[in-house]
Amino acid sequence: MRTLLGRHPIGLVFIAPYVVFLAAIFAYPLGIAVYMSFYDWFFAAPGAKVDRPFVGFDNYVAVFQDPAVLRSFLNIAIFLVINVPLTVGLSLVLATALNAAIPFRTFFRVSFYVPYVTASVAVVGVWLFLFNSDGLVNNVLGGLAPEPSWLVNSGLTMPLIAVYVTWKQLGFFILLYLAALQNVPKELYESAAVDGASRIRSFWTVTVPGVRPATTLVVLLATITGANLFTEPYLLTGGGGPDGASASPVLVMYQKGIEQGHAGVGAAIGMVLVIVVLVISLINRYLLERD
Amino acid sequence: MRHPVRLIALIVGALAFLFPFYYMLIGSLQAEPDTTPKGALPTGNLTLGNYADIDSRVDLGTALLNSGIFTGGVLLCTVVFGVLAGYALARLHFRGRTLVFNLMLLVQVVPFQLLTIPLYVLIVRTYGLGDTYLGMILPYAINSAAVFIFRQYFMQLPKELFEAAAIDGASELTILWRVALPLVRPALLTAVLLTFIGPWNEFLWPFLITKRADMQPLAVALANYMTNVAARAANPYGALLAGACVLAAPVVVLFIAFQKRFTATDIGSSVKG
Repeated sequence: MRTLLGRHPIGLVFIAPYVVFLAAIFAYPLGIAVYMSFYDWFFAAPGAKVDRPFVGFDNYVAVFQDPAVLRSFLNIAIFLVINVPLTVGLSLVLATALNAAIPFRTFFRVSFYVPYVTASVAVVGVWLFLFNSDGLVNNVLGGLAPEPSWLVNSGLTMPLIAVYVTWKQLGFFILLYLAALQNVPKELYESAAVDGASRIRSFWTVTVPGVRPATTLVVLLATITGANLFTEPYLLTGGGGPDGASASPVLVMYQKGIEQGHAGVGAAIGMVLVIVVLVISLINRYLLERD
Repeated sequence: MRHPVRLIALIVGALAFLFPFYYMLIGSLQAEPDTTPKGALPTGNLTLGNYADIDSRVDLGTALLNSGIFTGGVLLCTVVFGVLAGYALARLHFRGRTLVFNLMLLVQVVPFQLLTIPLYVLIVRTYGLGDTYLGMILPYAINSAAVFIFRQYFMQLPKELFEAAAIDGASELTILWRVALPLVRPALLTAVLLTFIGPWNEFLWPFLITKRADMQPLAVALANYMTNVAARAANPYGALLAGACVLAAPVVVLFIAFQKRFTATDIGSSVKG
């Protein structure tokens, strides 16, 4: 019995609800997603017997030929190119500043975290107010205001969303870097100072390499956030507008899979996205963790 | 001040972070939308009418109650089942422990949003749980990040403590309840606060499964107002921002009240692994 179940069989009882949850909410739906993505799966009245034929890779072919889907992946690439460096740079600099002995530390900490804990739906409301064509931002910019305005300018919507998400999530990443900074040995800074390194130089030679594991995590989490993007394009740019210029894959997945009822295609978009995220996270691990 | 640059960077940062919240509050109080720089100052033109307006379009009481039930259900399941799972993963040796641990890590890398379509099919179509609290809660019931945090906290407790209790003949459940839990209680609060943010702020899932207005959490009701109704209202932004303030206030207040619990060391122990 002991060898079969382990030293504490009671552990199986403790873990059982969580295992059931993982099976029902992750493993089983993942299986269904794979299944659906190979069938012409559409919604029908409950109980109705409908024919949902096996279509092989047709859904995947449809995904890769659909300009809206391809555009949404390009949009996420734009998003990541802006969001990741901005997030890594700003959160590391602010975390380093917060880590020093500074006055009003609690105040600064709280103000950086507030956007992170607040619902995106609420914050999007005020960004709409700020960035609409008659909003405060354009009023302040006056003649410099972009034309067409921020939220209806196909060249500006995605960068604006990338900046919005950077701003919203930064507090969390500052927190991660603050934790990582506690692990950088103080002696390294002291010896750098003895060698006559300036503050900026010791930031580059001691801090940046010292928090590398955290940077891996930050890049990975930012990628996952990008892959999950939905609320911002749905609400901030009125459903990924203008003309799909800010649509995210999850938004397109929702439009195809649920609004238009092609659940098989929607599931295929989801599968492609899972694979892309896993590949990016593996590459990211390889690049940031080698040596 | 020896390093004014550092302080200036922090002050500029704090302003950029806080201004939108200040502007949210001001905008929610303006009788007429005033988007000039002068309008950002609280000078006259202020009213509570927008709050009455949003309440007449979105039943704020019902929406807040729905948000509360959704969040409360997730918290209850996460605390009860998550603590049991975290304790088992940290302290108990049983067959399959490594497998469950690896699954828990994997689940956190696979974006939840990607399972939206199959979960929608399962929960709404197969089980008919659309427009129910159970359907809302199920996908979030046990927060894997919280299980991970609980495990880390239980790992940090000294081994001898558990050995002594086991020699006294206490059952694992007794040890968990009487020895381990009281010691991790402060940490438990951090995990609860972090878990609270998720369902309270969540939009996509409850949006998909609630079609009836009287079942919608506030985030969903407000988003629907934003996309459908706002364009036709007299002062669309005023009412919208009033709703935004109501949605944001509970989390911001809780966060400020317990801000000491969101420290680098607390969260750090969970990320360092």
